[in-house]
Amino acid sequence: MLPFSFEWLWDISHMLFMGGLWYALTILGLGMTYCIIKAAIDTSKGKGSH
Amino acid sequence: MDSALIPEGVKRCSFGKFILWIIIVGAVLLWGVVAMLLCWFKGLNQTNMNDAYGFAMWIWADLAVIALGGGAFFTGLLRYVIGKDELKNIINYAVLIGFICYSSALLILAIDIGQPLRGWFIFWHANVHSMLTEVAFCLSCYFAVLTIEYIPLILENRQIDKVPFFHNLSHNMHGIMVIFAATGAFLSFFHQGSLGGTPAVLYGRPFAFREGVLIWPWTFFLFTWSAAACGPCFTILVTWITEKITRKKLVRQNVIMLLAKIAGWMLATYTVAKIIDTWYWATVTAPASGFNFMDFYSNNPLYGPWILVLEIVVCGVIPSLILITKTGRKSSFLLISAVLLAVLGACVNRWVMVLQVMAVPVLTFESWFMYFPSWQEIATTILPVAYGIILIMISYRYLPIFPQEQELEEEKNASIFV
Amino acid sequence: MKEEHKHGKASKFGMVIDLDKCTGCGSCMVACMSENNVPFKKDETNKLDSITWLRIYKLTNGKKFPETDICYIPRPCMQCEGDHGHSPCVSVCPATATDYNHETGIVSQIYTRCFGCRYCMAACPYHARYFNWWDPVWPDGMEKYLSPNVSPRMRGVVEKCSFCFHRYQLAKNKAYAQGRRELKEDEYQTACTQACPAGAITFGDLNNSHHAVYKLVKPDNKHGGRPRNPNAFRLLERLGTNPKVYYLSSREWVRRAGDNYIKDEVKKEHH
Repeated sequence: MLPFSFEWLWDISHMLFMGGLWYALTILGLGMTYCIIKAAIDTSKGKGSH
Repeated sequence: MDSALIPEGVKRCSFGKFILWIIIVGAVLLWGVVAMLLCWFKGLNQTNMNDAYGFAMWIWADLAVIALGGGAFFTGLLRYVIGKDELKNIINYAVLIGFICYSSALLILAIDIGQPLRGWFIFWHANVHSMLTEVAFCLSCYFAVLTIEYIPLILENRQIDKVPFFHNLSHNMHGIMVIFAATGAFLSFFHQGSLGGTPAVLYGRPFAFREGVLIWPWTFFLFTWSAAACGPCFTILVTWITEKITRKKLVRQNVIMLLAKIAGWMLATYTVAKIIDTWYWATVTAPASGFNFMDFYSNNPLYGPWILVLEIVVCGVIPSLILITKTGRKSSFLLISAVLLAVLGACVNRWVMVLQVMAVPVLTFESWFMYFPSWQEIATTILPVAYGIILIMISYRYLPIFPQEQELEEEKNASIFV
Repeated sequence: MKEEHKHGKASKFGMVIDLDKCTGCGSCMVACMSENNVPFKKDETNKLDSITWLRIYKLTNGKKFPETDICYIPRPCMQCEGDHGHSPCVSVCPATATDYNHETGIVSQIYTRCFGCRYCMAACPYHARYFNWWDPVWPDGMEKYLSPNVSPRMRGVVEKCSFCFHRYQLAKNKAYAQGRRELKEDEYQTACTQACPAGAITFGDLNNSHHAVYKLVKPDNKHGGRPRNPNAFRLLERLGTNPKVYYLSSREWVRRAGDNYIKDEVKKEHH
């Protein structure tokens, strides 16, 4: 899963497969981080108050 | 009692009735939980699996719920990426059904493995050449996507929505949902495909083995295709069942029609591809290993050519013809029959690709292996169904799952008044 | 694995079983179970959930007396090479718990790595892989007689014949201590080979033309080790699993029973 685990090889299979995985995880992670930070900023600006 | 939690403008049954049904379904759930704990603490000797049936009912259930949960990714793709705006009225429910299917699939896998505490090895010591690794990775990631898609729905609960942070969070998540949906579609393409590849790469099993392109056997594409076709059919079916139980229209017919039409064309093209695949396999791939087509469908008490007819003709050609024609879709009976058959078709296909693969003898001096699940296997397979019903009940009661419900209710009342 | 491949000539250990000599006595099975600490249950009648790394099948030619004939086929793990180590089970294991050793040609099973998904079992057409449905329970006192060289397996993992790999390791250690790199033919032999009273099992290096296994089957290593001896065959040759267990029989019906043929198909002998 990570380059320092002993099964890891710097071959095309690992780079494509793990690249795809980390790409997806990064998008999800960054997306959620953006949503949470923006929600916090919006809330501090008083948005969303009923 | 809980009226403050129920979305505004919609009617729900009494709290007492709701709780009574929760208890009834909860009893079934509990039965499944007992069986699950037995499997975890006493081991897989609680099942009727054996060395010939290393893959059995659970793996079938796993593949089936993932295929049927495909409605979430495909509807999401259509709604957010392709821009079929009408589908916004059913996407919430598709996401909920997908969430249930995928969480169930993960639970089933956690019960199915012999050493559940080592489940993380599949990530940590991943063999990137194994289809199952790809399944596990994409399945987990896509479950994260579904959770992300389900969270805004929870946040839209009347009381939670009053909290400004949650309101803003839900709003922001909706704002970039297209990114999540696109990622979900990418992940789904691969894990649905990898599930198709799981039996097809078994070159020691001529019944399952398929040729393909590069590292992907043809069933890789067929599984994704069939999930995109049958998943939305399952969404339509569950919506229809929900409407019957709640005795009200929840989604406008034009939305159902659109989804049914798209699913119909997907199913029709899938069926053509499946026929070609079956033909090539029966006439080229299997004979190359020394098997006649009928070797796979004779000399056993269950698997005959009927299963192929059921899967391809009854559950493939017939529902396709109904769903791609306007007349077929317009008739409520035909429409529901068609989606039911399509759902059954996906389940039969997954059954064949798991259970029949295990049943067919490969060594000449062995005979067919037959298997019947133990009660623990049955109970743990029913467990997700009970869990799904409970989650739908709670979500339907407290969350604005169906955006058109209120206006449809008002129209109905108005027509009664007129 | 890849590193080892670079040093010297790799071995390819294999087995030849002469079915005309095998009497089906089961000594090989007993020796195997004892050597490898294979767990057993009180009731072993259900062969589908009991563990037999080496199992003997009984075959008949289906003819009536006086033409009736039987044959016993001992079936260890075939240690398939597949296509350059792409054996059916190794490639599918999601957690790299089974591996093809290019130095020996032996398919390993790492019990502490296996998490029991059983995908390898589904992949193996020979049913050579077994799942530990129960925890091993030894009769009182028997644990003292377990082999210290083989780790017992826990519930929930898959196990299989290893060609007595611990014997290879011991022999290799001894050879290294004596300053040798190569093993002599008799230094590494499996328990089943030594236990067979009929001398039906021969074991050795298929890459070494001086070894008996090589002489018996004359493997065509350019074609996945296909036997050149017309009386030799491998189980399910057509699937391309390229097993390293060969069988010998002078009887045509026995050789034909090793593989599947579509109706009226004439068996192609590989020579």
